Amino acid sequence: MASVHLDSHDDLGAAVRVSLAGFVRSLRDSGYKVGLGETEDAIRLLRSDIIKRPQRLKEAFRALFCGRLSDWTKFDDVFDAYWLGRGVKSGIKVSGSSSRKTMKTIREMVDAQGPRQETIAGDVDRVPGEEDEPSDEAPSGRREGASIADHLGKTDFRNIHDPEQMAKAHELAEKLAKAMRIRLTRRDKQKRKGPRLDLRKTIRHSIAQGGTPIELIRKGPRARQLRLVILLDASGSMSNYTGVFTRFVHGLVDNFREAEAFLFHTRLVHVSSALSERDATRALDRMGLMAQGIGGGTKIGEALADFNRFHAAPVIHSRTCVMILSDGYDTGTPDQLGEEMARLRKRCKRIVWLNPMIGWDGYEPVTGGMQAALPHVDLFAPAHNLESLAALEPYLERL
Amino acid sequence: MTTQTKDTLAEALAATGYVADDGLAMALLLTEMLDRPLLLEGEAGVGKTEVAKALAKLDETDLIRLQCYEGLDRSDAIYEWNYQRQLLAIKAREGVGDDAETVEEAVFSEKYLLERPLLAAIRQDKAPVLLIDEVDRADEEFEAFLLELLSDFQVSIPELGTIEATSIPRVILTSNGTRELSDALRRRCLYHYVDYPDTSREARILLSRVEGLDTALALQIAELMGKLRKEDLTKVPGVAETIDWAAALVGLGTKNLHEQRETVFDTLVCVLKTREDQARITQEVTDRLLGKVA
Repeated sequence: MASVHLDSHDDLGAAVRVSLAGFVRSLRDSGYKVGLGETEDAIRLLRSDIIKRPQRLKEAFRALFCGRLSDWTKFDDVFDAYWLGRGVKSGIKVSGSSSRKTMKTIREMVDAQGPRQETIAGDVDRVPGEEDEPSDEAPSGRREGASIADHLGKTDFRNIHDPEQMAKAHELAEKLAKAMRIRLTRRDKQKRKGPRLDLRKTIRHSIAQGGTPIELIRKGPRARQLRLVILLDASGSMSNYTGVFTRFVHGLVDNFREAEAFLFHTRLVHVSSALSERDATRALDRMGLMAQGIGGGTKIGEALADFNRFHAAPVIHSRTCVMILSDGYDTGTPDQLGEEMARLRKRCKRIVWLNPMIGWDGYEPVTGGMQAALPHVDLFAPAHNLESLAALEPYLERL
Repeated sequence: MTTQTKDTLAEALAATGYVADDGLAMALLLTEMLDRPLLLEGEAGVGKTEVAKALAKLDETDLIRLQCYEGLDRSDAIYEWNYQRQLLAIKAREGVGDDAETVEEAVFSEKYLLERPLLAAIRQDKAPVLLIDEVDRADEEFEAFLLELLSDFQVSIPELGTIEATSIPRVILTSNGTRELSDALRRRCLYHYVDYPDTSREARILLSRVEGLDTALALQIAELMGKLRKEDLTKVPGVAETIDWAAALVGLGTKNLHEQRETVFDTLVCVLKTREDQARITQEVTDRLLGKVA
């Protein structure tokens, strides 16, 4: 069998090697980053005499194979499942099957926004007037294909019904996000003059003047890249916009190494790992797996409390801009929202609140939640169409 | 100490004043066996740095510590030329009339080299313990460089050539999780998550660290700390805080926590480090928690 190409003179049995290989495979399936080096070391471990009992083996393998806290906490299960045959694989299957359902819901939001229109319009009592908006701009849009982007740029996302146009808008949102990202990074590299002397370079240059440092070369702290932390509201009242915003966020996070994304509705989910997937559809699929219960109510205050308590420390530093994409309709108490916003504001550099409803005629941020949050917001801006998203860039660039 | 088993290692560590749990003793044993660095993660104040100190004490070797911070670069971490002395030397030799090459050779020699922790760590006669503290605070570029050093153990200085390690240090890295470390670095290292100790281990830590503390009081303090950590606190107190607190209680002559409830409450300043936490843990809460302690 497979043992043919195993070293026969090896003191470690082929059976052990095969089961070790199987274990490594099941670790990889569970998302562990395990390379050949680790496997080799595991073989060295098995050969040595420090492991006499299975408990020892577990401890040793845990130290060797784990790389982060999440690995650490689920190691027991993976180990027991493989070596002791407890609850084998059933866990994996369950999550796979249940995920399919939620996957659909988020896909629905991205693909087909038309049919959901009525329910949302019902939520927010604004009916007359807005329907005319797209037809106002229709003439310019119909001129020719080239100006379609132009037209799309001004159209409120909720008024785009044609799936093709929607796809176009999604693509543009993502492109825009990527373009913003590229320009933001380039900016850092040009800053070079600073307060301190670069002695190494100064002396090097002084050689040309016979050792006298005439020309002083300076250095300064290199500007750190701005980190973006995005909190995306995925509740029912936002469902008109969720699709395009997820694409926009995907564009930002995909390329922004300094970016983290969270999704919230009634609870908060960290979705950066899903969004790091390059392909947009796959990223959204993975995000769907993570964010169950999307499209329900909103508890912004609670979600923010959760963020402040468990997620803020690792993702926020002094050059962090927190971007909240939400309409501010909150079923929680405004007091809590205000309190949590104040706490968040202390930690980060800027809070940008993007509210798609600012683009609506006659909208005033009068809801309790919005009122409580506004004092802590540095920039309160519309986000109902592509143009408003693009307008963010100069602001971010100045930070 | 290659012949050591896990249990003897744990005992030997305990003798130096560090009470390790089974997993940590195993991880330390493996660093020796597999020549891999050990990455310790955990909340602030659970004793990550102490591990390295205890290990150095155990091996009777030096502890070389590199504290990482934002903007840490090669000149602070590896080596730097002593520019002032170099400039002086150049000026001093001006009158002598040496040719340029001689001057250059003299100026770029060991004499003018300032060792920083990483270079110092690989140039010891006896392998030291190298502690790279809070590696998550350094930026990603530095992390990449660190990875290179940890696999080759050599440093190349353009003016001087490559410096090979005379001894391979035992490397301990600690991280507080303020930034996500790269997968490459994580893979290179063994990993151990240092959690808050359980009651009996914390009591043993207290006994080995605080003089004049009796076992019953140590157990009471450890148990109360365990309860306190479960409260809704902004800043969960670490082991260092427990040690401070125990020392304070001993200093004030406390024998039994139940008998001196007020002292207990008054000395909570050793443990609660934010205004919100101090407001939250009132005398009533303290009494309630004390009620659950044996």
